[in-house]
Amino acid sequence: MRNLICVLVTLLISVAARAQPEAFPSTYAAPAGQPVLFKNATILTGDGHRLDQTDLYIAEGQIQWVGEGVIAPGATKVDASGQWITPGLIDVHSHLGVYPSPGVAAHSDGNEATAPVTAEVWAEHSVWPQDPGFSRALAGGVTAMQILPGSANLFGGRGVTLKNVPSISYQGMKFPGAPHGLKMACGENPKRVYGGRTQAPSTRMGNVAAYRSAWIRAQRYQADWDRYNQAVKDAAEAVADDSSGASVASALLTNTPPRRNLELDTLAGALRGDILVHMHCYRADEMLTILDMAKEFGYRVGTFHHGVEAYKIADELAANDVCGALWADWWGFKIEAYDGIQENIALVDRPAGGCAIVHSDSDEGIQRLNQEAAKAMLRGNRAGLNIPPERAIRWITYNAAKSLGVHQQTGSIESGKMADVVLWNQNPFSVYAKPLQVYIDGVLRYEQNNPSLSPQSDFELGQLIGAAQ
Amino acid sequence: MNNKRLLIALLGSLLLAVPGHATSLLITNGTVFTGDDAPPSQLDILIEDGLIEAVASDLTAAEADHVIDAAGRPVTPALFAGITAVGLSEIGMVYEAVDSRLKGLYTGLMHPEFDVRKAYNPLSNVVPVTRIEGYGYTLLAAAFGDRTISGQGSLVRLDGGFDSFEGNTTIFVNVDGYTGDKVGGSRAAHWMLLETAFSSLTTKQGNGLWLTHNEHPLINQIGKATLKNARENGMFVFRANRAGDILQALAFSQQHQLNAVISGGQEAWIVREALAASRMPVVINALDNLPGSFDGLGARLDNAALLHAAGVAVLFTSGETHNARKLRQVAGNAVANGLPYEVALAAMTSLPAEIFGGKPRMVAPGLQADVVIWSGDPLDVGSAADQVIINGKLDPMTSRQTELLKRYLPTDAGLGRAYINP
Repeated sequence: MRNLICVLVTLLISVAARAQPEAFPSTYAAPAGQPVLFKNATILTGDGHRLDQTDLYIAEGQIQWVGEGVIAPGATKVDASGQWITPGLIDVHSHLGVYPSPGVAAHSDGNEATAPVTAEVWAEHSVWPQDPGFSRALAGGVTAMQILPGSANLFGGRGVTLKNVPSISYQGMKFPGAPHGLKMACGENPKRVYGGRTQAPSTRMGNVAAYRSAWIRAQRYQADWDRYNQAVKDAAEAVADDSSGASVASALLTNTPPRRNLELDTLAGALRGDILVHMHCYRADEMLTILDMAKEFGYRVGTFHHGVEAYKIADELAANDVCGALWADWWGFKIEAYDGIQENIALVDRPAGGCAIVHSDSDEGIQRLNQEAAKAMLRGNRAGLNIPPERAIRWITYNAAKSLGVHQQTGSIESGKMADVVLWNQNPFSVYAKPLQVYIDGVLRYEQNNPSLSPQSDFELGQLIGAAQ
Repeated sequence: MNNKRLLIALLGSLLLAVPGHATSLLITNGTVFTGDDAPPSQLDILIEDGLIEAVASDLTAAEADHVIDAAGRPVTPALFAGITAVGLSEIGMVYEAVDSRLKGLYTGLMHPEFDVRKAYNPLSNVVPVTRIEGYGYTLLAAAFGDRTISGQGSLVRLDGGFDSFEGNTTIFVNVDGYTGDKVGGSRAAHWMLLETAFSSLTTKQGNGLWLTHNEHPLINQIGKATLKNARENGMFVFRANRAGDILQALAFSQQHQLNAVISGGQEAWIVREALAASRMPVVINALDNLPGSFDGLGARLDNAALLHAAGVAVLFTSGETHNARKLRQVAGNAVANGLPYEVALAAMTSLPAEIFGGKPRMVAPGLQADVVIWSGDPLDVGSAADQVIINGKLDPMTSRQTELLKRYLPTDAGLGRAYINP
């Protein structure tokens, strides 16, 4: 009997431990890159510093040192005089792959607009790795991005963070160890999509009621799992303590595992903080409502996306340690975007602890995050906010990495971090700036005017045969 | 002096004191781009009564009521904002505030007589939002809806006037695959309908409507008159991206002797020799470099440079209305991808007026004084319009957005932002 119980407990523990193995794990592994020494570059570190005429050495996929140090024999030397180096750019809001080019109806895979709560869907299962937009973004210096579901739903599903490397599969692009995101949406879109079908939600109050109902279900689901896991733990301890077989059996009998639910897996993950919340929200008042709701249910809003009115509550965002992923100048396409101003990003950046991010939400904008940041920097400076390039670059590097939970690995030029690096022909805050080279994990993945280092998707191959060149 | 005369004198001095009402204005030390494709020179510009009076290197302050030292900053003609719905669309998805397109009114398959100028609202917030970024005019377009001909528009000067229209009546025609799907399932249907409509202009059809079907007349008499008039004195903008569609538009324009322009033109570079030979200008978005549709598989960043090198006149449009101010970034990217700088600047200033029949937009004596002083390179994202001058007047450089900034820039909100009224 004792042995049987031991076996049962062991089995149970192993079931619990295997309850959520990593699904669809990353298969990305960087090939070996050539060690590279960049000489005499102007380096924007991504976390607020500017280093002039400075050397940078990358090897074995990592940033080895900035300034001075030893290099491997045979390392490639790049004279970067007059050139600038930044961390690889990161876009926290992209729909590449889920709304790919060409944008035909059968490629429209970004919104599971069949129910307002679809936390169970994962954007990665819609990603078409052959979207030509990935290589265009690479030529713009983007080394990582989050692919999000659209905003038709209150809970749109999970977002995925990808390395911008060509692959047959999204698994081959998945950023190792990056947490999932949860896309949520405020305001007009969900209420328009479902209200238009005479279905809930049709109002902003309907939106909030539906979020809260879902969180309540997620709390219950989490409690069920907590209780179960505690019982398994208690049983294991009872066995270890050589307690009576009766108490162990009792612990086991009262605790069959809760049934897994994909939707609630995601929501509970967000409540626990394992999944980062990315909230599409335009209006200041709605963002404050969402912050209160997060307090009610004990979760964190990581980043508000679009936040055209974020400047109105910049202090509240900073105080709550919430990032604002914003556009430089897009406005007016709907009434919740009517109060857009070009100083939005600079104003969100202003308070101590402010976390401003330039995001694209666009297959064009993602190619020119540096230009979008330049416009936002200009407007901040013209408003008297004194924003130098080393500050503005944070908006498309370190702050973006923080929003995605990968700032320990990438997002700044720092020893030991992934060698995700862009070499620019000049100060990147210009319409004339272009990446000369883009490295991901120390591997040269793009080089200007070098066809052998300009990846092309299968879709583009062999098109327009016969067109005059 | 009686009270009335005193009041008039006071008002007069007030008017003089308000910069917007200066009767003469001198801009000194400008790096002046005149609007053609010549390099800039250091010049002064004297403006009187809305017109450019003199452009020279030695004008003195004594000649003007108001002087602005440009201190070497670039000065250009006010820019072209592209093909837009500025003043026609207050908020994109608030459909009752959008008047740029005709849809769902099935009285006929073609309504070239649909004239968006009737709906133009110069008091729209989008007008000053665009103007203070250095833009002086735009091509007001009938946006593509669900038919071959969208309607008509023309250039409009962004000076806030209710009737500030300029240039030729311009007819907007769609011949691409996307709209082809809406007129019978094939882009060939566009040509079928256009050929039918244009042949009806020359053949005797009696005096009634020319009908394809009792419930769906192809085009009515007013529409026919509009087309006839536009063929004589107006312009046609063909929206087409695929190389083959562009060639069809070229052939149709030659056959019917139309003064025509291509807009879209993602694959125009493929047929650039034919475009150059027929002197057909192309309006492109120089940021288009993705195969967004099967009409644009050949979209590429050096489209503008290739077209220019082949001798094709290139203009720009961004496809944006609220963010039409982005167009100079579009032009800057064309320069970054090989288009000569001065050519891009001419495409942003004088060339659209020339092509669409507007008043000349150059910095030259006798021309209307719509000019901009820039903080730096007008095509770079690191500079902005410091001062816009429209009709010889200093623009107050305010929009609803600048007012929102003034309300939210102070760190102390006092009783609340609602009490901060700039």
